[in-house]
Amino acid sequence: MTSYAINMQGVTRRFGDTCAVDDLSLSVAVGEVFGFLGHNGAGKTTSVRLLNGVLMADSGDIRVLGLDPQTEGPQLRSRTGVLTETPSLDERLTATDNLTIYADLYGVPVQQVKQRVSTMLETFGLSDRAHEKVGGYSKGMKQRLALARAFLHEPELIFLDEPTSGLDPVATQEVHEMIRHVSQDEGRTVFLCTHNLVEAQRLCNRVAVMEHGRLAAMGTPKELAREIGTNVTYRLEIGLEQRQAALDILKRIPSLMDVQSDDEALMFTSTDREMIPDLLTQLVSTDVRVYALTPQATSLEDIYLALHARKGHRQ
Amino acid sequence: MNTRAMWAIIRKDLKVVLQSKSVLIPLIMVPLILLVLMPGVGGLLLANADADSEMITDFRREAGAFFDNLPDTFSTRLDQYDNEVQRITYILFNMFFPSLYLILPVMAANVIAADSFAGEKERKTLEALLYAPTTDRELYLAKIVGPWVAGIAIGWLGYIAFALVVTATTFSYMGEAFIIDGTWLLLIIWIVPAAAGLGLGAMVWVSSRVSTFQEAYQLGGMIVIPLILLILGQVGGVVYFSPLIVLIIGAVLWVPTIILIWYGARSFKRGELIARL
Repeated sequence: MTSYAINMQGVTRRFGDTCAVDDLSLSVAVGEVFGFLGHNGAGKTTSVRLLNGVLMADSGDIRVLGLDPQTEGPQLRSRTGVLTETPSLDERLTATDNLTIYADLYGVPVQQVKQRVSTMLETFGLSDRAHEKVGGYSKGMKQRLALARAFLHEPELIFLDEPTSGLDPVATQEVHEMIRHVSQDEGRTVFLCTHNLVEAQRLCNRVAVMEHGRLAAMGTPKELAREIGTNVTYRLEIGLEQRQAALDILKRIPSLMDVQSDDEALMFTSTDREMIPDLLTQLVSTDVRVYALTPQATSLEDIYLALHARKGHRQ
Repeated sequence: MNTRAMWAIIRKDLKVVLQSKSVLIPLIMVPLILLVLMPGVGGLLLANADADSEMITDFRREAGAFFDNLPDTFSTRLDQYDNEVQRITYILFNMFFPSLYLILPVMAANVIAADSFAGEKERKTLEALLYAPTTDRELYLAKIVGPWVAGIAIGWLGYIAFALVVTATTFSYMGEAFIIDGTWLLLIIWIVPAAAGLGLGAMVWVSSRVSTFQEAYQLGGMIVIPLILLILGQVGGVVYFSPLIVLIIGAVLWVPTIILIWYGARSFKRGELIARL
């Protein structure tokens, strides 16, 4: 039986006339890295607040780590870690002070506080400037410190809102490694709110896409691609001397789009898998030597844009 | 009660306050002026004054209403002194200064609370705190305890500084140390906590309506206006600080303090605070 870290059913939250979260149902398994995608104002931040019992839902049922955030908020929040959209650090204090205070706040055992703070500073590359006021830190350093604070009390469920915003590529890679580590090696659950679709694709087992407070789609990137029927890009490797003949054939097939050519192969996109046998028959019958026809993996970005376009059509 | 978490919030707020010049300057300057500089200068002037000097006769004339309406108990007390300088010294430090002194806990709690409530909103540090594993009540209590205790502590330390300065400057001609009497004792244990609570409660209310420390500081500062009226009433001979009057003033201060703190507790809700961020 799947054990859920998060389970929400029919959750709605309004602010006046605006419905920030509209009848949202989703579940996240323990140990999963779950991507929560959507544009600004799609309802991501409100959902995180609802899941932590910081905001109350107007209707619906929420269970997080087996607890009801509306009635058991403090117990729940001691087991979750949250990286908010803005680092929300006390800039007049040092990094050590910031972490020490939050270690006490989250009930890290007293005898472990010093060691834990030191380890987190080391892990996030801030040891050298641990005793400087955070106000003097760069944006990336502040983000790293906020991440250290979210991981400090070793939460079972970690909510990360744009965790790599402002980080350089090396630091981004390190954060990705850390997310993989806590999920795969330690079995902790990560709820990742992001605009960064490449990041979501790399890290997430499943993703949910939010649109105007509603769940637009949810599943693995593969499932979403299948559900949405996005274009698949194909790479066709042929003999170079037959390139023009092959191009002429490709251009005659109406369901093929974006036909392009580079030094090594031809590329095209299509939503219609059924054209492949016909295409190959035509190529072979005109003596084009086909070495390979490979479908390229659909990126989350393609899915996201397809969803967005589909929504646009509906509106 | 999650006392460890509450203590962490109190410690954080006070640590943050101590790093801010705009908070520290009034916290240092106001007590220094009100309870060190002013009594120090007053004490030194009186120490060097002749009982028949122009300064003394001018003071008697200016504070005429005060002397004319003086209750019998005070007149009897003043009769124990040998000369006019000693009488004026007693009146100045036991009757005029108490109302000035009350400004201190109000202002201290007020300015610290402005930084703790409105300042936290302005610095965008409130959100992380709202995710902390505390109840709304624990968070609110932790947020008010720091400014309240600091206001009371500054009031009490201010009194010690005041008593030392007055003793140092007046001992030569008064022949006695400035010793705490019934009125001052009530002021310290009964009114100072109420005054600090009033400054704090007013600031909690103001902070929920403004978004910056400066706005809160300016608006919340108006809470000292009733105290200024008290000072004027004192000089004009309308109010005389006696233990009974101090008890009554304390009761009058405690009522709005309790209402404001209670109202603050009722309106301090995570959901509403985070929705306004």
